[in-house]
Amino acid sequence: MSTFLPSPRLLRSLLPAFSLTVILIAIFYLQPRAMSYFGLNLLLNLALPIAFATLAQMCVITVNDLDLGIGAFVGFVACVGATWLNEAPLLGAAVLLLCILAYAALGALIHLRNLPSIVVTLGMSFFWLGLALLVLPTPGGKAPDWVRAAMTFKAPGLPATIYASALVAFVVHLALMRSSYGTVLRGVGGNPRSVARAGWSILKAKMTMYALAGFFGVLSGISLIGLTTSADANIALRYTLLSIAGVILGGGEFVGGRISPVGAVLGAMTLTLAGSFLSFLKISPDWQIGAQGAILIIVLALRVVINRTGAK
Amino acid sequence: MFESQERLITMDGVCKTFGAVQALGSIDLEILTGQVLGIVGHNGAGKSTLISILAGTQRPSQGNLKFETAASVLPGYGVNQAQANGIRCVFQELSLCPNLTVAENARILHPAIKGVGWKARARALISNKLQEIFPGHGIDPDALVGDLSIAKRQMVEIARAFTKVDSPIRLVILDEPTSSLDAVIARQLLEHVRNFVDQGGACILISHLLEEILQTSHRVVVMRDGGIVEDREASAFTRTNLVEAMGSVAKEQDGTQRTSDIRQSGEQVLVSLQPKGQSDGHRLLAYRGEIVGLAGLGGHGQTDALLDVYRNKGCTGPALREESVPMALVPGDRQVDGVFPLWSIAMNIVIGSMRQLTRGGLIDPKAEAQLAADWKRKIAIRTPDVNNNILSLSGGNQQKALFARALASNAEIILMDDPMRGVDIGTKQEVYEMIREEVGLGRTFVWYTTEMDELAHCDHIYVFRNGTIVADLAGAEVTEQKVLHASFEDQSKSHSSAKAPAS
Amino acid sequence: MTALLTKRIRTVSEKPWIWAFLGAFLVWLATILFTGGTGAGEILSAALAFATFSVIVGIGQMYVITLGPGNVDLSIPATMTFAGAVSMKIMDSQDVMILPGLVIALICGLLVGIFNYGLIRALRIPPIIATLSSSFLVQSCAIAYGRGIKIKPPELLADFTTTKIAGFPILAFCVVLLAVVMSVVLHRTVFGRSVHAIGQNARAAELAGVKVDIIRLATYVQSAVLAGLCGYLLSGFSGGASLNMGAEYLLASIAVVVIGGTSVAGGFANLPGIWGAALFMFLLVTMLNTFGLSAGIRLLLTGVIIVGVITLAGGRRE
Repeated sequence: MSTFLPSPRLLRSLLPAFSLTVILIAIFYLQPRAMSYFGLNLLLNLALPIAFATLAQMCVITVNDLDLGIGAFVGFVACVGATWLNEAPLLGAAVLLLCILAYAALGALIHLRNLPSIVVTLGMSFFWLGLALLVLPTPGGKAPDWVRAAMTFKAPGLPATIYASALVAFVVHLALMRSSYGTVLRGVGGNPRSVARAGWSILKAKMTMYALAGFFGVLSGISLIGLTTSADANIALRYTLLSIAGVILGGGEFVGGRISPVGAVLGAMTLTLAGSFLSFLKISPDWQIGAQGAILIIVLALRVVINRTGAK
Repeated sequence: MFESQERLITMDGVCKTFGAVQALGSIDLEILTGQVLGIVGHNGAGKSTLISILAGTQRPSQGNLKFETAASVLPGYGVNQAQANGIRCVFQELSLCPNLTVAENARILHPAIKGVGWKARARALISNKLQEIFPGHGIDPDALVGDLSIAKRQMVEIARAFTKVDSPIRLVILDEPTSSLDAVIARQLLEHVRNFVDQGGACILISHLLEEILQTSHRVVVMRDGGIVEDREASAFTRTNLVEAMGSVAKEQDGTQRTSDIRQSGEQVLVSLQPKGQSDGHRLLAYRGEIVGLAGLGGHGQTDALLDVYRNKGCTGPALREESVPMALVPGDRQVDGVFPLWSIAMNIVIGSMRQLTRGGLIDPKAEAQLAADWKRKIAIRTPDVNNNILSLSGGNQQKALFARALASNAEIILMDDPMRGVDIGTKQEVYEMIREEVGLGRTFVWYTTEMDELAHCDHIYVFRNGTIVADLAGAEVTEQKVLHASFEDQSKSHSSAKAPAS
Repeated sequence: MTALLTKRIRTVSEKPWIWAFLGAFLVWLATILFTGGTGAGEILSAALAFATFSVIVGIGQMYVITLGPGNVDLSIPATMTFAGAVSMKIMDSQDVMILPGLVIALICGLLVGIFNYGLIRALRIPPIIATLSSSFLVQSCAIAYGRGIKIKPPELLADFTTTKIAGFPILAFCVVLLAVVMSVVLHRTVFGRSVHAIGQNARAAELAGVKVDIIRLATYVQSAVLAGLCGYLLSGFSGGASLNMGAEYLLASIAVVVIGGTSVAGGFANLPGIWGAALFMFLLVTMLNTFGLSAGIRLLLTGVIIVGVITLAGGRRE
């Protein structure tokens, strides 16, 4: 094995950045005016909530599960944010904290009863949606001013979204990829038996990852209402699929604890841009989701190709 | 040397049963410091269960573990206590996380490595240990374990077991540590093991390479059928008497040695396989109506050969086409390869013959019940009702059901993957008889077995070593000595020449 | 311990579907007690009519789930919408086109099923991700194809899907028949047995002579074809295809399987339970409506019940 040739691992880790670059160049080519502060701001407007949702999904995928309820959860958080958090900040904050604990409990339930995460989280998606409708039966509400201010903050040089995304990616990278306990958490995805043999609690690890997922879900919902100013129970339902796609685009794998926080954030941005790209191409919005599916399939196919060449 | 030895762990009447199967029967064993304890025995002798209990990953069904260092005894003994008592274990299957780097895997074992700069410390810890045990190893501590070769993974795993942070290391258990290492590296490891015990540690070494055991161990324990049959100073053993102690004593030579001349009679060749990696053109052949035995030590490519035949890979024979020669396989690892745990005994049997029982697109329930009842009788499955769940049977009877599945099908070739593991002697005799009967009816058997006695039933034997055929013996010339000789032959030579240094 | 295990397996395997029917009955009883007995028959009749569609997709989903952990078909809603939109357009409200329309709907399902399994095999990805990705594509096709058109179904088809004899929907009768046939297929054919075997232990199934690849392909194709059929019938029932007509059937298809007593760990399927669970789900919503509860509470309780049932039913075998 020569170290001079790019290894499949390196190629794969470059894939998310590569996809983002390709799509950015394509957009700038089609729409040179997008290459401005204002243009980028508009393009990446919704990237941050999607990035948070993607990170939430990534946390669950790290321990070999899948969360089909994250979209509904983000919607619920948005509803709480636009109502209670605005009117009674303490109550709102308490409810959001409870949400995170509920996610940890969900992780414990799934682990202890050995349940398939898809079914449980799919059921939970109805739970969250129902709660959201109870909190906010009709679209409306108002985001707290401080959230609004934070999300519309005009940063110097580049849009604030870019700084924020970079910061978030960096922090999560430190926590999961560089910290000593983050290593154990990823190890649980890689070989749970071996981690348990070394004396670690798998239950604790799963609860931690689910709690983290809940935490990022909360951030996603809050940042979303900062942009939309009002909320709606259905506001983020499509985030479930987007977040899974984002993790995969970002180089994460469904099993085995192979994840990349930086990749996930890049993946989320790529997906955000994909929509604009298609509209610049004058492709009918009918094909928007289809294009997301196609991107997903292409990336997965590219990975197979890279793995094959690596295996030779 | 003997002055420095003291008792570290005492196992007192430890038993372990899995359902109806007894894996360990009343083990009394002392583990001493300053000593390498070699454990040998055939597959299924109970070695792995024994070390799992020591490592705390399995609880004994009965008996006690006593530590001289602490008063820790059962119950409540688990992984954490094993670690606290300084027990480290290198399991046979890989127990590293493939998605983490070498250094990160070291950290998984040591909760104490944390805080700022943990990675540098983990890196230094594992690198130094690798350097100490395997000088010139060439393993990057930042490489992902999943990207390393098997040999390197094993080196990392071994080195990791010897690393020390805050808790002491008293006992290191090595289960087949050299199975994927080349001779030079294996020697480095064994030297390290000797050094480790000279400094007061204790080590358990399990290996199928008898030379390795004899050269490295101070004391050797021979296990058979879940019990300890010999426990003596290593110097008391030679290769020959070790092999004898491992084999079964009661050898029935009932004179049924088949001396058929099928191979001369121009019978059809049904199976012809060249194992992967066989470079001398040697092929595994099975003629119609033959019992072909695959011998050699466990895990030397026999199962792969069977699976290749089953999946029809690498087979070229005049008559070998899947449609023309139906095959069935009798698995050896019942839980992993054989049993459908939610089904009744009858359904477990019938699945091999579904197509023959189908009338007008539907499986005929009467024919199905008939078939199951017939085979319950023929092969004497001990159950009041074949509609009981398969798990209600003892291991041996589950195995009979799997035999019935294969024999009831229309298969002309029956492949057997060491199916008699952990089966009682009575059942074995019944099955042997059955096989002879079936051969008389024109069926062909390819039979991988780790039990020497069973080879006596075969017309032709291929001995496997390291995935290739190393000897090809006709039934009449089969003796235990010849087979063992071929299985163990030229260890030193094959060790150094078979594999390139780990790269 | 073995005896206990056997006993548990038996009790579970003998009558898990009873609970679904019992639940449906209790919920129905609670509803008519609340209304004082009025509308008891109508409620039941409506439940039969609506449950029919969950049952059709539920059967396909059940076979897929029985293949073992990780197997689930997330493309059902998209396939329904696609097949519904395409067949409505082809039929163009003409009665003579009813059969060609049906064939087209089934072919849509067939193609999606083959594509799904192609992705699973070629990209070596978990079925969840494969069916999810393909559902994006299929949904887009449906949107692009069916955009802006609201074509009425042929009158005959609409009649067929909505006519009731003495309060009993004809379609429900047909789907009961379908369920009986599929139950026989499940237990008495090589295909059904093979699905069970793969779900319990895929490696053992291969070594016992089961053609694992072909069976898995057939199962995914079957699920998609049934989704296509459901989309076709639902379009007839509800006066045309709409772009979100499949949406609620993702959860419904999985929920009826789980509540119906099929093991989510695979290897054990239960067909009667699907009918019980589908009736239960509809009657539950009816009950909550009757009680005057809001949509929020309804959804919330649906979620709680699904999570509760799966928790009680237990998960994967070790």
